[in-house]
Amino acid sequence: MAPRLSVVRRDPRAGGRGAAGRDAGSGSTAGSLRRPRRRGRTGERAIGVALFLCAAVSVLTTVGIVVVLAGEAASFFREVSPIVFFTGTEWTPLFVPKRFGVLPLLAGSVLVAAGAALVALPVGLASAIYLSEYAPGRVRSVVKPALEVLAGIPTVVYGYFALTFVTPVLRMVWPQTNIFNAASASLVVGVMIIPLVSSLSEDALSAVPRTLREGAYALGATKFEVATRTVVPAALSGVLASFILAISRAIGETMIVAIAAGATPNLTLNPLESVQTMTAYIAQISMGEAPHGSIEYETIFAVGLTLFALTLLMNVLSNAVMRRYREVYE
Amino acid sequence: MRRAEGRGPRFRPRIQRRRAYGVAFAAACLGATLVGVIALAALLVDVWQDGAGTLSWSFITSYPSRIAARAGILPALVGSLWVLVLTAVISFPIGVGTAIWLEEYAPESRLKRLVQVNIANLAGVPSIVYGILGLALFVRALALGRSVISGALTLTLLILPVIIIASQEAIRAVPNSIRSGAYALGATRWQTVRGQVLPLALPGILTGTILALSRAVGEAAPLLLVGAVAFVPFVPERLTDSFTVLPIQIFNWISRPQPAFHARAAAASLVLLAVLLTLNGVAIALRNRYTKKL
Amino acid sequence: MVARRGAAAGALVVAAALAGCGGDGQKEGGLRGAIEVDGSSTVYPITEAVAEEFIAATGRGVRVTVGASGTGGGFKRFCAGETAISNASRPMKASEAEACERNGVEYLELPVAYDGIAVVVHPDNVHARCLTVEELRRIWEPGSNVRLWSEIRPNAPAVPIRLYGPGTDSGTFDYFTEEIVGEPGASRADYTASEDDNVLVQGIAGDPNALGYFGFAYMVENRGRVEPVAIDAGRGCVLPTRETIESGEYSPLSRPVYIYVDRASLSRPEVRAFVRFYLENAAALVPEVGYVPLEPPEYRDALEAVGRAAGVRD
Repeated sequence: MAPRLSVVRRDPRAGGRGAAGRDAGSGSTAGSLRRPRRRGRTGERAIGVALFLCAAVSVLTTVGIVVVLAGEAASFFREVSPIVFFTGTEWTPLFVPKRFGVLPLLAGSVLVAAGAALVALPVGLASAIYLSEYAPGRVRSVVKPALEVLAGIPTVVYGYFALTFVTPVLRMVWPQTNIFNAASASLVVGVMIIPLVSSLSEDALSAVPRTLREGAYALGATKFEVATRTVVPAALSGVLASFILAISRAIGETMIVAIAAGATPNLTLNPLESVQTMTAYIAQISMGEAPHGSIEYETIFAVGLTLFALTLLMNVLSNAVMRRYREVYE
Repeated sequence: MRRAEGRGPRFRPRIQRRRAYGVAFAAACLGATLVGVIALAALLVDVWQDGAGTLSWSFITSYPSRIAARAGILPALVGSLWVLVLTAVISFPIGVGTAIWLEEYAPESRLKRLVQVNIANLAGVPSIVYGILGLALFVRALALGRSVISGALTLTLLILPVIIIASQEAIRAVPNSIRSGAYALGATRWQTVRGQVLPLALPGILTGTILALSRAVGEAAPLLLVGAVAFVPFVPERLTDSFTVLPIQIFNWISRPQPAFHARAAAASLVLLAVLLTLNGVAIALRNRYTKKL
Repeated sequence: MVARRGAAAGALVVAAALAGCGGDGQKEGGLRGAIEVDGSSTVYPITEAVAEEFIAATGRGVRVTVGASGTGGGFKRFCAGETAISNASRPMKASEAEACERNGVEYLELPVAYDGIAVVVHPDNVHARCLTVEELRRIWEPGSNVRLWSEIRPNAPAVPIRLYGPGTDSGTFDYFTEEIVGEPGASRADYTASEDDNVLVQGIAGDPNALGYFGFAYMVENRGRVEPVAIDAGRGCVLPTRETIESGEYSPLSRPVYIYVDRASLSRPEVRAFVRFYLENAAALVPEVGYVPLEPPEYRDALEAVGRAAGVRD
């Protein structure tokens, strides 16, 4: 479809909005351009402001999140010292005695995300390499959308798939696996984020100019060598950025872990045990019996703030990585 | 000029071995790709087996009930569609507007970088944090209550970063020559954007928006916080009505003791998957139809 | 079938109530309005069943919605005036009552059913079919060192006890710990916790060394996959059944659950009709969802309280 160059085709004599179409008569347009431009400028300015306001929405969103989380978390931290919170190894705010060490929840989130990364990063990158370097067009047009469907499946459905399909399989292989376990959730979260890695990496790989590949071929490299030693390193910034985005998504996942990983905060490295992640904890308490305004309820905001800070950190890391490794081609 | 004589280590081409590595690697990559496809197939088959028997027209048009045989998904389905449409209507202009501002209007400045970094960060914020924000802002502060509009606004905030990033990519992909040509002919900035850049970027923008919306339709966690109620035996009629959505109905049914409800949950999952696959299909069709290498 | 009988009875009741009001009582669809209910997820199934029948009986004129934000969440909304009725699996705490008082919300506390907590084991476990409260306390108290079945029953094999229980943010957990250990929230932390009792069932049914506790309704639904343990509170081993919970013999793990009704809302005819419908039909509907109904005199008392609170008009 050829781009529409409507500015060229439009008859300057025909009525129309904007400076170019204003002239009614043929011949010189110099005189008539002056008047419309003033009106046009105000209109332009108004549009610019409107668009800026749209952009402001996103800034306000962040401000909103920080205000809500920090405000309530502040009253939590007045009662529980931040040092105890960040270094304590027991999380029992609803038990007696109450302990407010967030490390078990943090460990749960990290354990699940690490397992998911172990699944998704190699599989996603290999899929991206396959789709961008090897796959014939028809295979690509089927497989790429299929992988994208994985990203669209509701997390509730994934959660129950983890609980009713993956966990029994794990229990057959390792009978000591708990009915809730981090491994099942990790595997399914991993499957869910494969498309993130594969789509973004594939975009990065495709953006590597053909000249680079052809140069490598000219020097006698095989397809495998071109892919692994030329293309992937050239696209490294995009690939690493996709990794970090996928890991953030894994950390932020709520429903799958709430359903399959359990509700027992547990500081452990064993994926066959039940753990609770930060996100699952927030979901549990918000729907539960804790009286609003109590310290148990305020833990939601403290944990939420920790979660937000963690994803912010990962994002800053991602930006730093991209800037460090970005290759400019033209 | 003397020709180089092979004084150093001899270069052994070892073509056979390198080709063999290549074949093994290609197979491994293919295998990895198939992992994703097989996982998807396993999930779909599992849900189909559990739920296909329960799918029927009366299932789609009935209201929820404590009696599994009578329970249906009508309010949840309509609620999901309401939320989908509202979210689309609100998030599309704001998202595309932000992307246009970032790509076409904003000068390179700290403000622009701040907004950019901010959006990238918001894209990674967990959905439940948006639920907390939505509860505090829309339900409480703006007193919109636990209504359809609160849910839609919360989901808008959730998917806005995704729409913005996708739209930015699409707008960036429009070659500068088009813009330069328009400016050279005297077009104003908005005329250029509206008449030249947007039409070319629109397929990419639409694809990104539709994929973002399909994520919104599948979300349960933020809506749980904002008050999508568990038992809503009515179809929402006004923006301020109580509502529920398919993921929450599924979540609710799975937690019941009677196994018949689990089958209902699987059937509702199939309906939800059908909605999502339709959305995805539209996005892919759009992308295939309008993509061209510039 | 029971439901239809319930609905027919309900329709008669509503019609009678409307006729009694002397208003447009001839048509069933005379009532209009919206009632919002929120609160405990334990009481939710009961209220949902009642709402379903009530909506049918009023020709879908009254929009009743039921949420499950938890007892605490429900009270917060109730005391803020957002809901007319709050489901509660425990009585209001002092802090919550203060909030209601501050906002000028007066309420009626109406018991609607008994909920039992069943302690269950795997069907193959024949050693522990009756446990005393003391033994349960030893197993579940915070910092408990009980690890093996042989520590509880000498002739049981020396295998680890695998514990399952509800999540810490549920009324069931609070109630169990209060009755068995002595303080709400006082429990050892190293058990498999789940908010979803179905998963607990699945876990226990697959684990011969399991011991767990959850709502009575889930035990009834899954009898055969799990077996209940009789509790000895000093008067012999009592299995949880509808009869023993209703009579109070199964103790201490049976408790009343409530609805709290906003007195101001009782001036609305649809709310009055709904609450009366609730109390009149609870005896039929409560067992359907797996709970245990109160004795008829208790329902009558509750109805009288409603009548008094609603004023002379009814």
